[in-house]
Amino acid sequence: MMPYLPADLPRLPPGRDDAPWWEALRRHQLVVQRCAACGTWRHPPAPLCARCHATACGWEPVGGHGRVFSYTWVHHATHPALAERVPYNVALVELPDAGGVRLVSNVIDLRPDELQVGLAVELVFEDLEDVTLPRFRPAPLSAGHAPDSAG
Amino acid sequence: MRDRVAIVGVGETEYRPWGGITDRSEFQLACEAILAASADAGLPPHDLDGFASYANDRNDAPRLAAALGCAELRFSGMVWDGGGGGVCAAVAHAAHAIHAGAASTVVVVRALCQGQFGRFGRIGGRAPGRQAAAPSVPPGFAYALPMGLLSPAAMCALIVRRHMHEFGTTHRQMGHVAVAARGHAQRNPRAVMHGRPLTLEEHATARLIADPFRLHDCCLETDGACALILVSAERARDLRRRPVHVLAAAEGGEGAWGASLYTHAAPAPPYPAANLAPVARRLWAMAGCGPADIDVAQIYENFTGMVLLALEDLGFCARGEGGPFVEDGKLEGPAGALPLNTAGGNLAEAYVHGLNLVLEGVRQMRGESTCQVRDAELCLVAGGPGVAPTSALVLRRG
Repeated sequence: MMPYLPADLPRLPPGRDDAPWWEALRRHQLVVQRCAACGTWRHPPAPLCARCHATACGWEPVGGHGRVFSYTWVHHATHPALAERVPYNVALVELPDAGGVRLVSNVIDLRPDELQVGLAVELVFEDLEDVTLPRFRPAPLSAGHAPDSAG
Repeated sequence: MRDRVAIVGVGETEYRPWGGITDRSEFQLACEAILAASADAGLPPHDLDGFASYANDRNDAPRLAAALGCAELRFSGMVWDGGGGGVCAAVAHAAHAIHAGAASTVVVVRALCQGQFGRFGRIGGRAPGRQAAAPSVPPGFAYALPMGLLSPAAMCALIVRRHMHEFGTTHRQMGHVAVAARGHAQRNPRAVMHGRPLTLEEHATARLIADPFRLHDCCLETDGACALILVSAERARDLRRRPVHVLAAAEGGEGAWGASLYTHAAPAPPYPAANLAPVARRLWAMAGCGPADIDVAQIYENFTGMVLLALEDLGFCARGEGGPFVEDGKLEGPAGALPLNTAGGNLAEAYVHGLNLVLEGVRQMRGESTCQVRDAELCLVAGGPGVAPTSALVLRRG
């Protein structure tokens, strides 16, 4: 599969606080941090729970069901690697199975007019040479997932 | 600090589009703006004893103090990150330092020579003819970069798109912000866009940058520098210019906002918002007045849509009402009900990271604007919406 965006976009190396997140993606698992003491979900990764300040946490595998919370189609390339790749989309994907945390991602395999707030999407893993990225595609209608409102 | 510190001098260099100033260094521009502000105030540059800035300005206080021959450096302050959100916070820090007695004559300065150093906020860009430093990337960016979320335009587009979904806000409503600013620039010979008016139709059909934003929704890219000088209100009475009082100042934002321009992890609500609501609560409390008392406003326009959210957060209209609020032309000065960005602002005068908006606020309070609002006594100034920390001021005619 061709990557949705060029593999030479700038990246940060995994750090002490988020290495397990990247390592899980490499195993084709999307995990979200969850406080071991109070159960609060959090993303992006952080070393302690903002609610109860416990540092113990689990990295919980979550289902790949999401819902588009917002999106943009980027037409103006602000990095040389993207000059031939515009327009592309960036979407905020809400994860109902993980307390409603949002991922910055992209929705692939769809026409521009299909991308709408509220669109049900499902996770796909995109393997690059040294990293695996979580992207999404429109979910089949039968897999429509009712988002929970607890987040 | 309420009403106890005053702005007594303003200065600026010429404004040129990106890369347009090549005969002097950015550092020299910073010094020139400070010297102009000193001359305006009638205060010798050697007496400056404090420096404040924001958005990681490269022209640091110790170097400026040495270059200007200052007798002593007593205060230096830099607002953490936040880009243009920190502009009013830098003014606030200067005022706090004076009120606390830490310094007596403090300059706020911002210089941008993007042709020499590359576009602010651009990742991986490189200025022509100059080796760009490795990009300084905040940690929250790790989850945005490989997804192509690289530019402030795309980041703010995500916020504004959500606002459109929830409240029915339209791109045409955003156009009123752009057209008003461009109209004001036609009165201002300093403005980069002087001589280039804009219609709603041109705004609606310009090339797309990051949907919903098109070209004229986005701030300019400018070479130039601005400075302003603050002293105590008591001392200001004896100086040559009419003082402009810092009636109130506030900075910060929602505690959970964090790096939401990159992560978009802020709780919803308040997301989608400008992150100015907590700032506004403290600002109006300190000022002892409210939005209805404001005669003229300068609100940082990184992107037009974010101004609509800022108007809501600041209390000029209810949440979700920013679009309809601007449709009647009230932003168009000098006669509109709420003239906004009366020198042209970041969209049409210059992008000196919003410090030019504070300078215009001072001119309005002195009665010297090229789009002067009659009998204006109170001016609201707000820093970059959507970031943290952001900040705001109420200026009062002295």
